[in-house]
Amino acid sequence: MTLVQEPKLYGLVAEFSDPDVLLTAAKQTHNAGYRKLDAFSPFPVHGLSDAIAFEDYKVPWTVFFMGLLGVTCGFAMQIYVSYIDYPLNVGGRPMLSWPQFIPVAFECTILFAAYSAVFGMLAYNGFPRPYQSIFNTPRFDLASQDRFFLAVESEDPKFDIEHTEAFLRSVGANTVSIVQK
Amino acid sequence: MASSNALNDELITGEQSYKTINDRINNIVLNPGKHGVSWWMVFLIGFGLLQVLGMALFWLLWRGVGVWGINKPVMWGWDIINFVWWIGIGHAGTLISAILLLLRQAWRTSINRFAEAMTIFAVSCAGIFPALHTGRPWVDYWLFPYPNVVGMWPQFRSPLLWDVFAVSTYATVSILFWAVGLLPDIASLRDKSRNKVVRSVYGILSLGWTGSVKHWHRYEQAYILLAGLSTPLVLSVHTIVSFDFAVSIVPGWHTTIFPPYFVAGAVYAGFAMVLTLAIPVRAWYGLKDYITMRHIDWMAKVMLATGLIVFYGYILEMFYGMYSGNVFELGLVKNRLYGPYAWSYFMLLFCNGVVPQLLWFPKIRRNLVALWLICQVVSIGMWLERFVIISVSLLRDFLPSSWGFFTPTMWDIGLFLGTMGQFMFLMFGFLRVLPMINVFEMKELWYKMTGHHHTGTSADHGAHSDKPASDEATGHGGPPLLGQPAADKGE
Repeated sequence: MTLVQEPKLYGLVAEFSDPDVLLTAAKQTHNAGYRKLDAFSPFPVHGLSDAIAFEDYKVPWTVFFMGLLGVTCGFAMQIYVSYIDYPLNVGGRPMLSWPQFIPVAFECTILFAAYSAVFGMLAYNGFPRPYQSIFNTPRFDLASQDRFFLAVESEDPKFDIEHTEAFLRSVGANTVSIVQK
Repeated sequence: MASSNALNDELITGEQSYKTINDRINNIVLNPGKHGVSWWMVFLIGFGLLQVLGMALFWLLWRGVGVWGINKPVMWGWDIINFVWWIGIGHAGTLISAILLLLRQAWRTSINRFAEAMTIFAVSCAGIFPALHTGRPWVDYWLFPYPNVVGMWPQFRSPLLWDVFAVSTYATVSILFWAVGLLPDIASLRDKSRNKVVRSVYGILSLGWTGSVKHWHRYEQAYILLAGLSTPLVLSVHTIVSFDFAVSIVPGWHTTIFPPYFVAGAVYAGFAMVLTLAIPVRAWYGLKDYITMRHIDWMAKVMLATGLIVFYGYILEMFYGMYSGNVFELGLVKNRLYGPYAWSYFMLLFCNGVVPQLLWFPKIRRNLVALWLICQVVSIGMWLERFVIISVSLLRDFLPSSWGFFTPTMWDIGLFLGTMGQFMFLMFGFLRVLPMINVFEMKELWYKMTGHHHTGTSADHGAHSDKPASDEATGHGGPPLLGQPAADKGE
């Protein structure tokens, strides 16, 4: 019963100084059969998620359905208020004058969709998450400045410290570090 | 394609790299020494005027809306004018951040953060006025539909209620958009700072952003969706603001030209405000390499284009009044041209119709002092436009026996100056704590400008490039970047 745990391995993290080298390296690493990959860059590098075959459409679908929910709630609220609960004759218009409910229903659509875009993105990304193993990488504070990183996680079936390290160096890494969890 | 015109600056000039872009923008925040006398001057003026806001608010809440110049029949005075003026200014920020993003205008990158901040602060100033003009602002929550013991609901067939939803949604979405854009930049500040407290604060705010490609993937999806949502939103907001007038039957308000004319006016006033702030700030903080003459030039051109649309609106309003054959509409035309406030109408035509025509000349667009002064004239003109539409239309409507007059009081003026103070205070406070230019997008722009050109180990180059990194230097995938940057920048 000791409180000090054995450090567990997160994986190998390679540092690059150029986004194009990272892009090529990520492709080569994926082609070499590595699957538990992650890449880190100070700005979105287009093609990088394709390079490690990462695809995810949860955010757009969430936004779409929340938008539908928003427009439904918007109309439902106004119909309930102005037609069911307190029917109000305004200027002799029909009681169910739905065209006049469009502006508020539209704003509700946008509001629901925008909230779900932001909070959906944060939730699927697992934020807020102040501690992440990748922060143990030496010089990782440069990942938000001007350096680019590629991580091969230890859970990858092909992961082998020596081979993987040699491989990462062969695809152009400046340095390769062993990172603990 | 390369033009020798001096205005054809690239979008980023000077000797640059990812590091210089990163350091120069972030250091403004992290290094307090970067804020000189000019920052303190504007900040303190803003702070001083903020106290005027406090006094004007106190007196208003103590005595009621009677301290303003509003009366019967002019029930909408400076409160509504200032509301429309401020909310219009906010619109340029959303236009730059959302619409120009969807249109893939790379030049938005240098100014979007700044303009979005301006939007939020302008909307926060705008919101004060309708909240107060209700007379009893402490029961403003009645505007929202909530179940209550007296069984009362708001009236959903009224544009005034649509406005409540439009403006509150607009404020919320603008803040969300801004906050999402800030996330990677806050992480960058967290990693760059060497001060423990500063690091922790930005660390908490960054929510643990790492720059992982998986996060970027969802981030970009969310960002482009927000842009897509904000675009119809911003158009709807000023459309609904114009409905406040157009849906009524008051002569001068009841016209179908109002929605497009109000939206164009909003963008026009907003770009004037962006330039008003950007011209001095880029000089004070040495950001001329990022907000180049090309940006200034294009903003001036947007101002000219929207100014012409607004001027077209003025002509149509006159035409409608005369062509309608309606005695009250004709009366309004006469009231504007020969009435007691005729001077404001002619000032308006001068400010928004005549002066912006100077922007046709490249020489004037390049002259920062002249351009800055034109922006002030435009801001005044847009304020006068709302004055002419709102108060001057109300002076004399149907029955001559109920005609009246309107004179603002010192409390009208005090509240308006106060919101200006709030705007300056918040804007310059923002410059101090958050990066005023979107750092990650500037790096991305630099990546695209340098066209897959890199200085790393050259052995690996070529495996990816589907396009040669030639001096054509188109971006990848998208349309060519405006500005035709050279491929081989010194790094």
